[in-house]
Amino acid sequence: MKFIDLYPTDVRLELGTIHFSAASIIRYAEKFDPQSFHLDAEAAKNSVFEGLCASGWQTSASWMKCFLNFWSKEARRLVAQGIEPPKLGPSPGFRNLKWLRPVYAGDDVTYFTTMKASRALASRPGTYMNTTLNEGVNQHGDVVVTFESNDLEFD
Amino acid sequence: MKYGFEDFTPGRSFPLGPKLVTAEEIIEFAEEFDPQPMHLSEEAGKASILGGLAASGWHTCGMLMRMTVDSYISHSPSQAGLGVDLVEWKKPVLAGDTLSGTTTVIEQRVSKTRPGMGVVKLRHELQNQRGEIVCIAELNAMLATSAETASA
Repeated sequence: MKFIDLYPTDVRLELGTIHFSAASIIRYAEKFDPQSFHLDAEAAKNSVFEGLCASGWQTSASWMKCFLNFWSKEARRLVAQGIEPPKLGPSPGFRNLKWLRPVYAGDDVTYFTTMKASRALASRPGTYMNTTLNEGVNQHGDVVVTFESNDLEFD
Repeated sequence: MKYGFEDFTPGRSFPLGPKLVTAEEIIEFAEEFDPQPMHLSEEAGKASILGGLAASGWHTCGMLMRMTVDSYISHSPSQAGLGVDLVEWKKPVLAGDTLSGTTTVIEQRVSKTRPGMGVVKLRHELQNQRGEIVCIAELNAMLATSAETASA
């Protein structure tokens, strides 16, 4: 079954929630984004963010973590119901990613995905390009990140 | 500080890397953020269309970020990333690859809404040791336009 047949367009799917501890923010930043406002709570007070906050790349990668968690459960559910799960492939990239608000130490971000379109690739029979809108929303209901992803799906 | 907002003129470029991508780093990142088989084991990677143990695209973005911090962000009045117009993962990044590349300034303007701040649009290209482009990213970042606003 195709992803779009299981999850119709414009239906927002809740994927799960990630807690951003100070330790996880600092651990990511030490490896990938060592700027003071991601490493040091005191220094962060004097930045435009006014507090220790996660690298935008950590906020974005955490969507992937939630999606996979959601998908492994969904795949099991579908198999249990006798439905063949969609064969999802790699992503060639994404567009229009916006970090709308900082994710602060202690925040909980709930991630969503919404199917927008699926088109068959003329150049690769049996292959489809899915476009999804992806979002992260903090515990106050504020959207912190959005992006449009492209993902391959196979027959 | 080595670079100011005024140094980010359109057409100017900054070198990125080199960065050796190890199997251990690929697996460590994937275990936390993207635990799919082709990011976790050589065998599963070889069996996938990626052709080997491959870094998560989100890991490549993290490594790109780190290369920009080491090259110029830590030597500039960078304040925040605003967003990413596009990221294209053009080819798999495999264990043992060495990434390097270039950041090129596309646009530079003073912020209309935030006094003392400027916005630059940057294009990043990362290639592997064979000269193949593996990742392209275009993003927008905010920099302080003077030392005063940088420390405010």
